[in-house]
Amino acid sequence: MVDTAAPRMDALGDLRKRVQHVGPLVGGSLVLLLIVWLAINLAKDPATFTKAFLIGVTNGSVYALVALGYTLVYGILELINFAHGDVFMLGGMMSATMMVSVFNIGSGASAGTLWPALFGSLAVAMVFCGLLNASIERVAYRRLRTAPRLAPLITAIAMSFILQNVGIAWKGPNYVSLPSPILPHGTIFTVGKNAYHWDDLIVVLLTVPVLLVLIWLVQYTKQGKAMRATAQDREAAAMMGIDVNRTISFTFLIAGGLAGSAGLIYAVYFTSIRFDQGFQLGLFAFTAAVLGGIGNLPGAVLGALFIGLVQSFNNTLGWHAPGSDWTQSIVFSILILILVFRPEGILGERTPEGG
Amino acid sequence: MDAETLRRLRQQARELLPSIWHARWAALGAAGLTEERWHGWPLMYRRAVIAGLVGLLSLAILAPFSGFDPAAIYTWLVFAALYVPPWERIPLVGRYIPALGLLAVVVTYPFYNDKLYTLPILGSFPDIHTGVVMLIFVMMAVGLNIVVGYAGLLDLGYVAFYALGAYSAAWFTSVQFAGQNPNGSPKRFWHFGSIDVDKALGGIHVSPWILLIVAGIFTSLIGMLIGLPTLRLRGDYLAIVTLGFGEILPQVARNGDNLFGQNLTNGPQGIGPLDPLGFGHTLHRVIGLPANYQIAANGDDLYFWTGIVLVLITVFCSLRLRGSRLGRAWVAIREDETAASAMGIPLMRTKTLAYAIGAFIGGVAGAYFALFTSSANPDSFSLNFSVFVLVMVILGGMGNVWGVLFGAAFLAYLDQGGLATTGSWINGRIGTHLEVQKYEFGIYGVILLIVMLFRPHGLIPEARRKMEFEIGVADEPLYDAVVGSGHAAGAE
Repeated sequence: MVDTAAPRMDALGDLRKRVQHVGPLVGGSLVLLLIVWLAINLAKDPATFTKAFLIGVTNGSVYALVALGYTLVYGILELINFAHGDVFMLGGMMSATMMVSVFNIGSGASAGTLWPALFGSLAVAMVFCGLLNASIERVAYRRLRTAPRLAPLITAIAMSFILQNVGIAWKGPNYVSLPSPILPHGTIFTVGKNAYHWDDLIVVLLTVPVLLVLIWLVQYTKQGKAMRATAQDREAAAMMGIDVNRTISFTFLIAGGLAGSAGLIYAVYFTSIRFDQGFQLGLFAFTAAVLGGIGNLPGAVLGALFIGLVQSFNNTLGWHAPGSDWTQSIVFSILILILVFRPEGILGERTPEGG
Repeated sequence: MDAETLRRLRQQARELLPSIWHARWAALGAAGLTEERWHGWPLMYRRAVIAGLVGLLSLAILAPFSGFDPAAIYTWLVFAALYVPPWERIPLVGRYIPALGLLAVVVTYPFYNDKLYTLPILGSFPDIHTGVVMLIFVMMAVGLNIVVGYAGLLDLGYVAFYALGAYSAAWFTSVQFAGQNPNGSPKRFWHFGSIDVDKALGGIHVSPWILLIVAGIFTSLIGMLIGLPTLRLRGDYLAIVTLGFGEILPQVARNGDNLFGQNLTNGPQGIGPLDPLGFGHTLHRVIGLPANYQIAANGDDLYFWTGIVLVLITVFCSLRLRGSRLGRAWVAIREDETAASAMGIPLMRTKTLAYAIGAFIGGVAGAYFALFTSSANPDSFSLNFSVFVLVMVILGGMGNVWGVLFGAAFLAYLDQGGLATTGSWINGRIGTHLEVQKYEFGIYGVILLIVMLFRPHGLIPEARRKMEFEIGVADEPLYDAVVGSGHAAGAE
């Protein structure tokens, strides 16, 4: 087989080289088409375009929080934590419970009651999801140290299904609704006939400090240094006196906390959440993380904004937009194209997986 | 309690069951039956004793639940007849006799399944319709086992191949491409070997037998097309790409009623009804083969037997492939890609073949399912489905066809009704009101988690796979944070 296969192997190798050669060409023309399409849409209906852009930024900031969790965990373990999206979903449910049942916030609550409730729920959701994520690591991933790489991936899928069912058991199979709108819904400004509301802005404003705290944590604290060291070389990090297990737990804790904050923001912004939305949104966020270069924090935020914009342009633009029926296909096509042609993402470094 | 005591306790708990098993000879020896004496007995005596013990144990389990049932005795007699006599000592044909006997039991299932007793907790034996669905699941699992079990490529989008198979069968056996005339009469009609189809309906009608093959080939071509660019990605990236395809294709099926103005898939309604399977009236008259499954009185039985033939072919091919040069190349890649490549195995070609063959089987299974239910519907193709088939492969034992057969049959049975009866049994006993079916996939998640953590090689493991999990593979471990964890599992 080896001998006879040699010419065909060469043919395959050639094909592969050609595919790699074609990659930038295809990618370039796709991006060009995208820009032309956006430009025509902007020219035809600037108001809708602006509205779509702003909504896209809002969506993107929710994705960014979830994508950072993926990228943190991948950076340190090279594991796709499939359960992450479901941790986010449970965070959303926790926030819904806190806002509605504990703080009794209704639609149009006054600022004096709304803000303490919002921050209280945020803290609870972050702590809850952080602990949940860290215990998932302890239960489902740590045991499978020397197992083949598929094993933790499979337990991650299993955890995802289990968490979805926890969601069903907790809140039932239907949408969990919050009073709508729960955030101030006043108009800030209008473009054409499209209004930009306060709640759209609040989502972005809530996200930015969380991101800043995370960057500070990873870049400037000792724990962050330990995380980066562990991500680079676990054995060397251990030799330098870093408790690798604790660092990994801490990473999961942080990732879970981010997912929890995303859960709260999602719950109060969209005012409804269902048990299976986490997995879906998690996959979108994972796409964002891959797009930005997995393991790369600014890349994840950038990728998330891109995915948010793609989604919102696709759903709202008037001229030849495929529409929301196709969002999933478009996002996953982006994921596949990126993985095939540029696995290191826009900003990331080349990983062994893609090599 | 300090950590050391805790660790010791845990160790003891883990060794409890094996130590009881090891102590069996000490206990029996006290009763006068030492290990040497036992092995001194003729093989048939020993097997008869074991069969008797199995019978008594089953009776002890069955009796409190359903009382005494003569059918249980027959079951035990069949088991004893296949197990006790040393069939394997008959030259040439001997070692096939138990397997053939088992096959005969399965093939004749439609004749006695309504006379069987009710199993404790799980409920009654599956009816024939359920049996067909189970066979299709078994086929899917054997196909996925080639990709995941043999070649070690995690495919989370296997449902895509299943969907492709179902739709390619549906396109050519329905009125989908009939076109419309303003006066209502269909325009296009193309007929090739189909049975009992009214020409006035229009559409393309190819013999479903041909379509089973064509669906397989079409699906494996698409599989190769997906595989060629993605298979050079390793491990988890491949899983994600397949997951992406598994999500895209059903969405295309759902939205495909207006694809650039073409109605390709009929959207959420799906395509149906499809032409019947069958051998046609000529063959029916000449050698008595069933003419048309859909109008036959024992239609489900016919689908059941055809399904058995398909599963047999799949299992046979799968076993032959495992031992072939290609199969050994798959295992080599699974264990250490770099070393396999250095030994001259063409990685891309070998992986693509695994992918294509897995896709072929998935496509045939999908086509057969579509023909059986007489429709292709996008709702049945979700990620859950892919994971469900994956659980079958992993529970049974990755890489071992017999284990996968068992895992698939068991889980498909749970899915098709066993879980509901079990749930109502639990509710009846404890007085809870759980809707167990609602948590079906959570239960599969728990099964998956427990199997991966405590018995990653599955219930009936392949010896080689078991070794990989126990000794570890040369594949880079996911994370080797052995320092500070107490026990250096990876450092021996």
